[in-house]
Amino acid sequence: MAAGALPGQILITGGRVYDPATGKSRRVDLAVKRGRLVEPESLDRGKTTVIDAAGCLITHGFIDLHAHFREPGREDKETLASGAQAALAGGFTRVCVMPNTEPPIDSPEAVRALLEKSAGLPVEIMVIGAITAGQQGVELAELRAMRAAGAVAFSDDGVPIRNGQVLRHALYYAKDLGVPLINHAEDPDLRGAGVMHEGALSTRLGLPGNPALAEAAMVYRDLLLAADTGGRLHVPHLSTAEAVAQVRAFKAAGAHVTAEATPHHLALTEELLAGYDPMAKVAPPLRSESDRRAVVAGLQDGTIDCIATDHAPHTVEEKEQDMLQAPFGMIGLESAFGLAHTALTEAGLTTEKVLDLLTTGPAGVLNLELQPLQPGAVAELVVVDPAAEWTFGPEHIHSRSRNTPALGRRLKGRVRATLSPHGLYLGH
Amino acid sequence: MTEPTVSLTHLLGLEGVSAADIQILLDTGFTFREVLDRPIKKVPTLSGINVVNLFFENSTRTRISFELAEKRLSADVTNFSVGGSSLDKGEGLKDTVLNIHAMKMDAVVMRHPVPGAAVQLSRFVDAVVINAGDGSHEHPTQALLDMLSLQERFGRLKGLKVGIIGDIAHSRVARSNIFGLLTMGAEVAVCGPGHLIPPQVEALGVSVVPDVDDLLGWADAVNVLRIQRERMGAGLIPSVREYRAGFGLTNERLARHKREIIILHPGPINRGVEIDSDVADSDQAIILDQVINGVAVRMSILYHLLGPRAAG
Repeated sequence: MAAGALPGQILITGGRVYDPATGKSRRVDLAVKRGRLVEPESLDRGKTTVIDAAGCLITHGFIDLHAHFREPGREDKETLASGAQAALAGGFTRVCVMPNTEPPIDSPEAVRALLEKSAGLPVEIMVIGAITAGQQGVELAELRAMRAAGAVAFSDDGVPIRNGQVLRHALYYAKDLGVPLINHAEDPDLRGAGVMHEGALSTRLGLPGNPALAEAAMVYRDLLLAADTGGRLHVPHLSTAEAVAQVRAFKAAGAHVTAEATPHHLALTEELLAGYDPMAKVAPPLRSESDRRAVVAGLQDGTIDCIATDHAPHTVEEKEQDMLQAPFGMIGLESAFGLAHTALTEAGLTTEKVLDLLTTGPAGVLNLELQPLQPGAVAELVVVDPAAEWTFGPEHIHSRSRNTPALGRRLKGRVRATLSPHGLYLGH
Repeated sequence: MTEPTVSLTHLLGLEGVSAADIQILLDTGFTFREVLDRPIKKVPTLSGINVVNLFFENSTRTRISFELAEKRLSADVTNFSVGGSSLDKGEGLKDTVLNIHAMKMDAVVMRHPVPGAAVQLSRFVDAVVINAGDGSHEHPTQALLDMLSLQERFGRLKGLKVGIIGDIAHSRVARSNIFGLLTMGAEVAVCGPGHLIPPQVEALGVSVVPDVDDLLGWADAVNVLRIQRERMGAGLIPSVREYRAGFGLTNERLARHKREIIILHPGPINRGVEIDSDVADSDQAIILDQVINGVAVRMSILYHLLGPRAAG
């Protein structure tokens, strides 16, 4: 819904409010007036949009640390506007966009341009700048100037910084900026031409494998660098048991590191590749069931701080290619809550814990404080129905792209509505 | 007399193909082998059936073998070879599919450099798909001709001990032989440089024998894989002499084993690399039987997969 069409007053009734900022739940109605929470009594008489939240939880809007909105350069896959709609439909009110655009976001001008362009979108776009000029992994980009322009983190995205000294310098250089550096956690040489998890299945299928140790080796190096420099490292999309264990050990030793896991790595496994489906091709790859369980355990015990989508749109044409040519990546915003909630509650986590991993978890990584859901706060809300069982289908996709192996899956837990100061999504 | 029929629609690989189906394909292969020994080698079985040999990768031998098989069965044959360059330009599977639809083909024999290409193609076309090799995944017709040759020589496959020597990791011949032979009750061991043995290959049901001499002491037959020159280019095999010393089927090595071991090779042979010239030309080697059996077993496959269309 466009900003101009937003209702001035909204009342969410009959649900339970779970405030991740306080960890407390209460059965109250929430009222929103002109983008802010107000006392229900203070609503004007007359036109109020009422959202029936019976059986639902209302909480802070989700925050995604890892999305690709492809603007500028590949607007055929996604734009800031289409990505924002997808995010809103997935319950997100803030999204960090990765800098691997064409050209990459590696200057303060580029950061500012992206922020200006995204003003007024239904979700808040937060910009991640490149660590090195042109994502080339050689020369440091203008991290300080980009931070001043509003960048919230730095990453060369899918291109791992191969040269350890470059990342070491960056960690030192950015130390006082208070924002994390994110390095794609795969050793590019060990990963080689791998298109799926290396193991018995890749051997059977004859597809080049990407070994678990490609992730473990890079994560270990990066953790050493973080411990050595005292810099802020955030490890993206953990997918292997080994890497989860390493993060756990370094955290216990006091390193300033945080980590994320994607809905697809915590819910899906390599078995989806058995029929040679390019939709399931992603980097890092979908792993074994024991890796998946290790990722879930990492989320459960706090080793992994949050869920991030790595929403990566690609065109139909690209994903119709063979297993070697088709690009890596899948979209994830619209299915994130359903996939994560299904897999994590099955593993014994509470719905509230899943909501933490989508709200306070990512906020903590970025050192953001979430306002308690009280009158006066900016209205960033999501209404979820934890008991709703549904089949994820193309009709639920708002992204410009449709590349996801989650299509057709039965999910438990669904976003009913999302509110932000500039947007309202009402589902079914 | 009702003829046995196979339960296959396509031949994408030997993984998951039943022993009964493999046996039917081999038995009919023997029948066609006799046809090939006749003065007039042609039968009208697939008259009016359109087959395209779609080769995205060079392979003179496999293509000619298929072409012969198709012509002996009186099918109408179209050859379509796409060089590596146009593949690089993005001539993808999708356009292949559309072309096959447009040409109204009954069957597609496809060789493709990417694993799974035949499986993907079969999801989108009405035509019968026969995999003539998809990257390092499968080469089912090669394995069937290997099995036909072994059965011809030994009279059985069950209980046979078969070794496969070479770059197992990148070999579609190895994978198809493993799947097919295990289904037929044979035992299979693989041997090769450690980094060219694929991870967790034991999960397929084979054993790994690192030493060639140990393998030769155990095996009734060995399948010697061709060493691809590009593996040497990539630095995976240091030198010809080192490979030959470590894994080659040399005269000296075979002389140490008194028992006669039957030797297969999918061709083309690198004489003096993976196999010595004298060994390849010896009575132990059934490499030329494999060639004629290749035509026979491909006739069998075409007959069983396309026969119903021809009859209908």
